[in-house]
Amino acid sequence: MNSIFKHWAATALITVSSVAMAAGGDGQSSGQAPGSGNVSKLQYLQKGEARITDPAPGWDYLWKEVLIDITVIGILFALMTAYFIWRYRRVPGGPEVGSAPKLSPAAAIGWAVIPAFVFLADDFFLAANGWVLWNKYRDVPADRLEVHLESGMYSWDYTYPNGMQTQNELIVPAGKAILLRMTSRDTLHSHFIPDFRVKEDSMPGRTTYLWFLPKEAGKEHVVTCAEYCGVMHSYMAGRVIVKTPEEFKQWYEAGGAAAKKSS
Amino acid sequence: MNLKEWIFTTDHKRVGVLYLIGSMAAFIVAGVMALLMRIELSTLGPTITSNPSSYNVWLYAHGAMMILGFQIPALTGFFANYCIPLMIGAKDVAFPRVNALSVWLFYVGIILALLTFFIPDPPDVMWTGYPPYSTITAGNTALYSFTVLILGFASIIGGVNFLTTIAYMRAPGLTWNKLNIFVWCTLGAFVLQLIFVPVLGTAVTLISMDKYLGTHFFDPARGGDVLTYQNLFWFYSHPAVYVIFLPFFGVLFEIVATFAKNRVFNYNAVVFGGIGGIILLSGVVWVHHLYVTGMVDWIRIGQMITTLMISVPVGLMLIGLVGTLYKGSITFETPMLYALGVLFLFLIGGLTGIPLALTSLTLHLSETYYVVGHFHYVMAVAGTFSIFAGVYYWFPKMTGRMYNEFWGKLGFWITFVGTNIVFWTMMDIGVKGMPRRYYDYSHFSQFEGAHQLMTIGAVILGIGFAIALLNWIIGAMKGAPAGDNPWKSMSLEWTTVSPPPHGNWPSPPSVSEEWTPYAYDRR
Repeated sequence: MNSIFKHWAATALITVSSVAMAAGGDGQSSGQAPGSGNVSKLQYLQKGEARITDPAPGWDYLWKEVLIDITVIGILFALMTAYFIWRYRRVPGGPEVGSAPKLSPAAAIGWAVIPAFVFLADDFFLAANGWVLWNKYRDVPADRLEVHLESGMYSWDYTYPNGMQTQNELIVPAGKAILLRMTSRDTLHSHFIPDFRVKEDSMPGRTTYLWFLPKEAGKEHVVTCAEYCGVMHSYMAGRVIVKTPEEFKQWYEAGGAAAKKSS
Repeated sequence: MNLKEWIFTTDHKRVGVLYLIGSMAAFIVAGVMALLMRIELSTLGPTITSNPSSYNVWLYAHGAMMILGFQIPALTGFFANYCIPLMIGAKDVAFPRVNALSVWLFYVGIILALLTFFIPDPPDVMWTGYPPYSTITAGNTALYSFTVLILGFASIIGGVNFLTTIAYMRAPGLTWNKLNIFVWCTLGAFVLQLIFVPVLGTAVTLISMDKYLGTHFFDPARGGDVLTYQNLFWFYSHPAVYVIFLPFFGVLFEIVATFAKNRVFNYNAVVFGGIGGIILLSGVVWVHHLYVTGMVDWIRIGQMITTLMISVPVGLMLIGLVGTLYKGSITFETPMLYALGVLFLFLIGGLTGIPLALTSLTLHLSETYYVVGHFHYVMAVAGTFSIFAGVYYWFPKMTGRMYNEFWGKLGFWITFVGTNIVFWTMMDIGVKGMPRRYYDYSHFSQFEGAHQLMTIGAVILGIGFAIALLNWIIGAMKGAPAGDNPWKSMSLEWTTVSPPPHGNWPSPPSVSEEWTPYAYDRR
């Protein structure tokens, strides 16, 4: 029994420290510029500072981390299972029945409680990491371009602050956070931009939002519908077109004037 | 063989076999739908149909048939009916006529579902039936609602019947701590069905009322809310995953214990920690299906934590299963191959669910092929392999005959390879952004090669399953006599003759103090 309690204490300690490590990553700063490809763990854990933290590289980092986590668990389990299958196969002349020992009450409790704590430790570690990144996805930088999106069968209709409208083409300046406030005029849709690792449903009667940070001018990113919305669901696609701030400004002001004239 | 005797039977074994035949028919239909979809997706743009609606109907039929027509009825209909009275030493179930009613309702449900292919405006609402689309589509949403309601009702009366049977009809001496793990698992599944099916019934009734009777439960223009449906639907449909998971894990425990000739490792942890834990948690994780719907943050975060905590009971059950191999004397007949295959497939499926539990990762992964690959591994494939393992395992008991061992093993390996080709590739392109439910992936043309690989995998998978089905049909007709207990199992169902007569035993069995279903080691 004594050893079991030692295990408990050790596991609880691992849990607490891993949660603390994951949640308390702020306070240390890395001097990297926003959007540089080389993202350290600390960078995506930072919060509250003035510069824009892009959740997309954070997603890549966390994905890699979780992938390592589950691969290690999976390989350990699979190796153990494969070893048991091989080691305890019936051999000619060997025993006809198995001989697993009956667990004592203490061992039975230990075999339930210790794995439970180990699993919980990993769960809370991952939950803390996931939560931190979640906050990045939900906290929109104050310096942003806010575009209204109305989705419909089967198009994405964007309205810019100056009243200008585009369909299926979201034209944005590089280096500025883009916030989409979304609603739908008919069925459910989901504005999915795989390159920016983000999607959120748009639906009638509710307003949802998502934001992302376009970086490279001249690039185009696929927008696609991720929520089954009707017969032509798979054809509901669009593009995010990234321009340099100057190009964007020119386009935006020209379009804004046109929008005013027509209204 | 007299057809009328079978239709009007109240014998739990015949009711079980009727469930098996119906659910296998549903499985074949669902499999054909899957192949049609895979062939359609083998090239960019239209392949075998130029009408996206046909594809959407196949997709609806595949999902509805797999879950509502095949897995739930095979696990809680066939296995529960056939095995539970035999495992607890009862002559029959508590309410044999109610049992007959439940299988009749099941067939009505299957026939309603099959009508999809014969009416001019078939349902195209996916098995989830989300409004507003389901309330404005030209497709027949009512058919979807009634199929769900009828099958749900069959399930509820089955649940009442089995809970009563397990509680009151165990043989003398067969105490709760000597129940087969499968019986515990099914008990857990039926508790979940009784709690949650009415919620699903409510949800699908409300969409039909919205569509046909002019109510506005889900119409925001008139004060309704589209998210209410999704909450109601997943409040049932996530526990439904455990309605499938629990019995198929129960089947695995029976098979692994028998072929390892070993006691179940840490029985109490499996029953109370594993099954009990799943029942407790199953009702508070549904929001992980709504991570990208703009639900308030606190509930998305809260249910991220409860979802991750599911790893504890599931982990305890997996440890129980792997632990049962420890110091066993393992042989590798076909049922055991399928069962061991599930151990690995379920491991992949379970672990790939962990990224999906994290709200932030889901913002990219949700509604992609990654999700489809994950739930096929963890539920569709693991469940189907377990059902096939179980049918092989109890085949000699049902028919008194033996299937062909060579073709059984060959079928397993072919299926195992095909499965991994299809669903591993699926997860891979999902992470890279391939969205699900796409008739045409023209703006993701980089995935054409992967889609073709999956089509080949699906054909291999289909061949493997066809071999198993033929093996059963041929084995049932002219297999060699199997004897009463070919696997030398300790469990009670193997103590009667094969196939068991009406009433199961000439005189009711009783069990001794030291007997358990897993008492192989009599030192």
